[in-house]
Amino acid sequence: MYETIQYEMKNNVAWIRLNRPEKFNAFTEQMNLEITKALKEADRDTEVRCLVITGNGRAFSSGEDLAGVKQDTDHAEILRKRYNPMVQKLASVEKPIIAAVNGVAAGAGMSLALACDFRLLSEKANFIEAFINVGLVPDSGNLFYLPRLVGHAKALELAVMGEKVSAEEAKEVGLATKVIPLDQWEEEVSAFAENLAKKPTKAIGLIKRYLQKSWESDLDEMLENEAYAQRTAGQTKDHAEGVQAFLEKRKPEFKGS
Amino acid sequence: MVNKETIKTWAEDGVGVIQLNRPKVLNALNRRMVTEILLTLEEWDKDDSVAVIVVTGNYKVFAAGADIDEMAGDDSISLELLNQFAEWDRIAWVKKPIIAAINGYCLGGAFELALSCDLIVAAEDAQFGFPEINLGVMPGAGGTVRLTKLMGRAKALEWLWTGEYMSAKTALENGVVNRTVARELVFEETMKLARKIAKQAPLSLRMIKESVNKSVDHSTYEAMQFERKNFYMLFSSEDQKEGMNAFIEKRKPNFKGK
Repeated sequence: MYETIQYEMKNNVAWIRLNRPEKFNAFTEQMNLEITKALKEADRDTEVRCLVITGNGRAFSSGEDLAGVKQDTDHAEILRKRYNPMVQKLASVEKPIIAAVNGVAAGAGMSLALACDFRLLSEKANFIEAFINVGLVPDSGNLFYLPRLVGHAKALELAVMGEKVSAEEAKEVGLATKVIPLDQWEEEVSAFAENLAKKPTKAIGLIKRYLQKSWESDLDEMLENEAYAQRTAGQTKDHAEGVQAFLEKRKPEFKGS
Repeated sequence: MVNKETIKTWAEDGVGVIQLNRPKVLNALNRRMVTEILLTLEEWDKDDSVAVIVVTGNYKVFAAGADIDEMAGDDSISLELLNQFAEWDRIAWVKKPIIAAINGYCLGGAFELALSCDLIVAAEDAQFGFPEINLGVMPGAGGTVRLTKLMGRAKALEWLWTGEYMSAKTALENGVVNRTVARELVFEETMKLARKIAKQAPLSLRMIKESVNKSVDHSTYEAMQFERKNFYMLFSSEDQKEGMNAFIEKRKPNFKGK
């Protein structure tokens, strides 16, 4: 049912693999729409408790396929139709989403990684704010997430200079959750994802929702938001299990709800 | 009272709850549902055990709009003779506070129902809109009137012309909804608000609603004259004596609605 990506669910983890390796997983309209569709599928599936987005082949994603860009292309409409719904969905799925950045993540490919909740980088991965190099501006949430991750000054520097950021540098500035050696890549990404999939998913979803809101809320609003979140989390079975396990001095077994 | 086929109702702690109950069609409002809502509102308006009324859908949706199948075959004369919107006028005459609790979609006729209530509590991800224009018609139960009075002319026109969906955040910023809360807690938080209001002096609630409504449609002068009379009138109530005595005696008042 998908042509430009592969979708697989395994051990409560939904794997979304960008699958145009010969084009370094450059985005086409179809690929944008398929990613969004896959995110919706993983969102609906209650068995899914963690998502991983990664690239097949050498690249994570090289960004928009420039072969499709013509003189009369309306860039705004491309964003509204293809990219923005994808970025909005990444934010609204209340489950942890990992970008497993296996290789280069350039332009909108970098934006995709920034819009995820965790960024695991292979040691040979790198980020490039490639937009400026073709006279464009970072998009697809890039200008939203970048300063939040690295601060204003560094965000401006990266976006304006358009230079390659190695995995190591990415870790230093806060763009990477973790850098993983090549020989442990598959194993470590799976372990990281499966560990997340065993955590209290509803609580993670609430953390994700209200951390987003913290950027547009004052203290009073956030205190109220935390009350909502805690009331909701306080009614989950996972909370009851957590307390029970604590009292019984054993490891909790969370089910995600 | 008619049989309730399209809604569920119950009352607890002085709060009457009307739950829209046509889940298979996303609670689409048909004429029967509007009648059942109205008759329940009117019944509770005369029932001393109910002080505040909550209108809600379910966790997924308030209601996706009016029942299109039901009206697709109508013509202007049949609609004039049916005069179905007379029931909507009567909703506006209910004296007790009505609070809408909204999860998910609140579109078209359902948005008009919400706007017919006094307060709206919405989920953070609720969506509002008037998509009637996409069907070649327009709102007919107060949509163009009530939205305009809340948002102002220019903004109302934009939403009504484009038929686009309004986020709960936008609705909150424009005074269309009172509060947004976590989607999981919409009903619970609405009930907390309803119970709080239900404890207030019933006659005060009533006279305040009347005066505020008066101010929406009348000049400042007229509305203030009206307000004054309502203020004077409350001094004939037992609750005014109880309230002021309790204040002087530094104790909590016990209001009776008399």
